[in-house]
Amino acid sequence: MICKDIMNKVKFNKIATHAILIFVSLLSVFPFIWLISTSLKGNSENIFAYPPTIIPQDFTFANYTGVWDKVDFIGYFINSMIVAGGTVFLNLILSAMAGYPLARMQFKGKHFAFFSILATIMIPFQAIMLPVYLITLKLHLVDNYGEIAGFTGLILPFAVSAFGIFLMRQAFLGIPKEMEEAAIVDGCNVWQLFWKVLLPMVKPSLAVLAIFTFIGSWGEFLWPSIVLTKESMYTLPVGVNNLQGMFSSNWRFIAAGSILSTIPILIFFLCMQRYFISGENEGAVKG
Amino acid sequence: MFKYYGKYVPYLFLLPAAVILLVFFFIPFFQTVWLSFFDYSSSIYIPNPAGLDNYIKLFHSPIFYKVMWNTFLYLFIAVPILAIFPLFIAILINQKIRGVTLYKILIYLPVIVSIVVAAIAFKWLYADQGILNYIVTKFGFQPIGWLTDPNWALLSVVIVTIWKGIGYYMIIYLAALMSVPKELYEACDIDGASFLRKHLTVTIPHIMPTIALVTTISAISAMKVFAEIYVMTKGGPLNSSKTIVYYIYERAFENLDLGYASAMAVVLLIIVMIFSLINIFCFERKKYDL
Repeated sequence: MICKDIMNKVKFNKIATHAILIFVSLLSVFPFIWLISTSLKGNSENIFAYPPTIIPQDFTFANYTGVWDKVDFIGYFINSMIVAGGTVFLNLILSAMAGYPLARMQFKGKHFAFFSILATIMIPFQAIMLPVYLITLKLHLVDNYGEIAGFTGLILPFAVSAFGIFLMRQAFLGIPKEMEEAAIVDGCNVWQLFWKVLLPMVKPSLAVLAIFTFIGSWGEFLWPSIVLTKESMYTLPVGVNNLQGMFSSNWRFIAAGSILSTIPILIFFLCMQRYFISGENEGAVKG
Repeated sequence: MFKYYGKYVPYLFLLPAAVILLVFFFIPFFQTVWLSFFDYSSSIYIPNPAGLDNYIKLFHSPIFYKVMWNTFLYLFIAVPILAIFPLFIAILINQKIRGVTLYKILIYLPVIVSIVVAAIAFKWLYADQGILNYIVTKFGFQPIGWLTDPNWALLSVVIVTIWKGIGYYMIIYLAALMSVPKELYEACDIDGASFLRKHLTVTIPHIMPTIALVTTISAISAMKVFAEIYVMTKGGPLNSSKTIVYYIYERAFENLDLGYASAMAVVLLIIVMIFSLINIFCFERKKYDL
């Protein structure tokens, strides 16, 4: 009898748990579902109809082809790829290079270097964005001076972060010292040691850094919206925000454009999901 | 260990990162403070030394107080919810049930989607004749001007921030929950403790440091909120959803009032630095070997 009671209680708990989780999952995806629904509704269907219909009555892909013809999504995508790719590349190299001496070498000023880097964690970009912009202008790293200058200006302020340096330092600390000693005895110089012996050993940390830097850079909105002046240089977030101005109240087009712009990062996320949801890399995305 | 590197090698390795941090962090940091002592309102090219004028102006400006009020309101709504609700979800997911990965993916989805797309999606939900107002009227209430009513705009924007943050903090909590010893739960089950009791007496005390960490990092990111406001309300109506970063942006890049914007940026710097110091020295010591 008691046993049956407990069984029932366990069963009830499980159902309640699933009910809550399904509800929260629905809340998480509903804004996208509603956007997709709107993007698939044809002109003969009232998108403000009460009661609202989730399943489009006048089903069409016309909004997608329409917005695709008017907006250079491929261009935005390529720009985003260049910026995110460049940011990831520089973060990997600079963070690894800076993390290595902090983990492995003794030198004068090590504490100073360590605390200076730590201090940058406390400086929010939002508070210093104005001087960063003035400096970027001074260095001629804006799109008025050409594409390369524009991309460089988008990338350089985020080329390295304290988070990356500390992550790589931690990774180098985890390598047994005998590895280095053996390599030195075999006649490696310090560059070979770094590139050929140590870097391959911290690949997992490099992967984590690459993925989270990519996501952060891909979604970055504030900085590109400050520096970019030419539409041909727009990254995806800036381009998507611009849809609102282009199609003022044409929500079918705005919805279709927003969904289109989300597809690349969605694929990336689904391929890399274990890095995000396993919990091993907690706190890795910038806030 | 024997010294295998030359005298200058450590500095050469640090140099590229040091240059970037110097040019794009430290110089701008000091320049922000420097600019805040100048008056740009008459000419952007020939600033006048202004002493503390910008700060005096700031602390006499009703809009500044409104903006600070909004910022802290934002924080006081978002932070408690982001500290507690994801923990609840994490506890539910951290059981032996089916579909855990699917739940995690779906709840994490808002985190990876661009904030601009998220804000647009919500703007559509919040439309005057949109789906949310349909639900509201179904329950017999008047339709709400989610983004057009000064009483609602800030709350509507905060909801987006919360919605986008839940998955992120859930994963942090899940990692922390793994470290709670299973024996303690078994002991609870044998004693017949209820769900609530079990987690109040075992889980919460064990992961208190993580709860504190989530509180500070969500507070820091609430201070920095920008894109949601830019895309959805532009700070309006009547400044009702304007927070500090948006106001700095507006003053600096639209009104070109560099000195005034910088004074405000200094205020933001001080607040975020206080939160960060608490964070680093209380909760993340291990991460930085302090």
